[in-house]
Amino acid sequence: MSFAWANSYEPKSAFTKWIDEKLPLPRLVYNAVGAGYPVPRNLNYMWNFGVLAGFFLVFQIITGVVLAMHYAANTEVAFGQIEHIMRNVNYGWLLKYAHANGASFFFLVIYMHIFRGFYYSSYKAPREMIWLLGVVIFLLMMATAFMGYVLPWGQMSFWGAKVITGLFGAIPVVGEPLQVWLVGGYAPNDSTLNRFFSLHFLLPFVIAGAVILHIWALHIPGSSNPTGVEVKKESDTVPFHPYYTAKDGWFLGLVLSIFAAVVFFAPNALGHAENWIEANPLSTPALIVPEWYFYPFYAILRAFTGDLTIPFTGIVLIEAKLLGVIAMFGSILLWFFLPWLDKSPVRSGSYRPLFRIFFWIFVVDMAALFYLGGAHAEEPYILLSQIATGWYFMHFLVILPIISQIEVPKALPFSITQAVLGSDDDAHGSKSGGGDKPEKVAGALPGHDDDGSLQPAE
Amino acid sequence: MTIRLGAIIAGLGLTAILLFWSLVPGVFTLANEGLPEEPDYYAFQEEHLSPAGGFAFEGPLGKWDYQQLQRGYQVYKEVCSACHSLKFVSFRNLEQIGYTEAEVRAEAASWMVPGIDPKDGSSIERPGLPTDRFPKPYANDVEARAFNNNAIPPDLSLITKAREDGTHYVYSLMQGYNEPDPEDVAESPDFETPPGLYFNEYFYNINIAMPPQLLPDIVTYSDGTEATTEQMAADIAAFLTWAGEPALIQRKQTGWFVIAFLLFATGMGFLSYKTVWAEKKKKKKA
Repeated sequence: MSFAWANSYEPKSAFTKWIDEKLPLPRLVYNAVGAGYPVPRNLNYMWNFGVLAGFFLVFQIITGVVLAMHYAANTEVAFGQIEHIMRNVNYGWLLKYAHANGASFFFLVIYMHIFRGFYYSSYKAPREMIWLLGVVIFLLMMATAFMGYVLPWGQMSFWGAKVITGLFGAIPVVGEPLQVWLVGGYAPNDSTLNRFFSLHFLLPFVIAGAVILHIWALHIPGSSNPTGVEVKKESDTVPFHPYYTAKDGWFLGLVLSIFAAVVFFAPNALGHAENWIEANPLSTPALIVPEWYFYPFYAILRAFTGDLTIPFTGIVLIEAKLLGVIAMFGSILLWFFLPWLDKSPVRSGSYRPLFRIFFWIFVVDMAALFYLGGAHAEEPYILLSQIATGWYFMHFLVILPIISQIEVPKALPFSITQAVLGSDDDAHGSKSGGGDKPEKVAGALPGHDDDGSLQPAE
Repeated sequence: MTIRLGAIIAGLGLTAILLFWSLVPGVFTLANEGLPEEPDYYAFQEEHLSPAGGFAFEGPLGKWDYQQLQRGYQVYKEVCSACHSLKFVSFRNLEQIGYTEAEVRAEAASWMVPGIDPKDGSSIERPGLPTDRFPKPYANDVEARAFNNNAIPPDLSLITKAREDGTHYVYSLMQGYNEPDPEDVAESPDFETPPGLYFNEYFYNINIAMPPQLLPDIVTYSDGTEATTEQMAADIAAFLTWAGEPALIQRKQTGWFVIAFLLFATGMGFLSYKTVWAEKKKKKKA
């Protein structure tokens, strides 16, 4: 799709004309991230993180492919190969630290990107498919990062792999054989390392494919924006290039400067000292925790400490471990339902007073889960992680559906142009916003349908 | 509507399970037993010592002190290497701490490394070459345990990275063989130092299998520095920091160039962003 006023690609030289006839790849790029993609003019800096995530995906693939040239997936030598990279490969230390911290920064920008989605309801119609693909990408990222962390075959690699693969053992009946089949043995071993390396190499390209679909789906309705009011006309948009290439460009420079500060001056700050010890199946570390970006989900996993029993009978219905596993996977899988849980027709959190309060409580809740996931499994951390986990599920499954029903949104601007410039010549006669009725707000939204549902702006 | 109703039921159900089967029993236990008490074992010292003025390589502008690294190497060679391997470091790497190629060759030759007799293929010991790695003191873990009261002396190539605050940890541990604090001992009924172990307050379980090593003047520094325990501790900590991260200084120096370039590029990018957007940012008069 494109808006009617989108710039159209005009090949200038004979060569580009020839290319455009045979394989219009420059045209595709022009329409995707060039001057041919009209984007709302009012995007704030929270909209920069998608491009940053794309950058870090490519960065991880490039550093990873080069690292793979020097690595060997064999438990006898893997740890030593990392040291070979650190000591003997030209700038190997830079590649290794850039790749390890690149994963952290990838997750950092992805979390910003996801929370942008939460606040501005980027998951709502007509952008559900973009959101669903995004959740798929996040799940793939988690799998990739987990398997990548196993490759150095340090203590935390081994014991992390043991704990996480052990989760499959919680599944009733088939759990144990399934776990043995997935791991290739009773504990992580050479087969495990080999298959993890294979998958760690493969999955980033699967992610890249999912990202292409994600961007394709984005270009059907076009980018959302901080007002949540759909694009109506040309003055609402600017071409992606040069406006957002310039904005993304300088912001990328800023984030890369921070990234470089970490890579060159504190490359081990986000990791665990334990992983500089070679894996030893006979020596359990005092504290087994994943990398920081998995902490919230690790906290949810560990929050379930009691089996679900029938009271006073002692009959166990579901073991605590399985409850934790269900909750951990459920905590992300429920994002797939988000577009249908939050039915408020207003997209932007800025125009939803009640939602906004709960959004910030949720941010605090996530921050708590981040902290608790890395803490020792002892009181009071267990108790706190149980409260934080409970709130996590209440927020998505109970609070969001209810507030989207009872909330009175604020008046919306007539258009993006009005929101940016303070006035819009087309707006006279038309009342901005919809007063105090959500249905009326929906009616005032551009691109609305008679039944109140939101339609693409086209 | 169905989906939201389902979600509310699922959400309440899961929260109820968490509340009544995990949280409430936990609260009961907590109410009965209280928060876990401070450990009644003798707690190890997590605050590490630092040499006066810190290490030369610390901080963003740090540099190696080659004299110190060479002294540290001497301590490793004459003291630590009896029990601890340095398996990821080669003799040729010593050129990075200020030895000349000829000195490295001579130094390597002063170590005996395992080799093969070219005549009959039998295992022999031969003088080291610069390309050889530092030899291991024990043939295997079983031998290491047999000689060390059932403890395995860890490899030292990465020790400063494999421990929290590793450089200062090594520096402190080498000087940590003090008398236990009588007050802390009184509070820790189980405290004792079993025979064959040594009290060291910086070791995570307080009693370490390694006897005190850096007794004053155990090495005679070739550069004339007085070999106090403190001096040797600082030197070996510096040497092992280098051994764990030989590229440390190169990394920081490269970092300055990279960050300077990135900040320049960011600045230029910001200015072009301002220029590109200048027209669009102007507000219309309402």
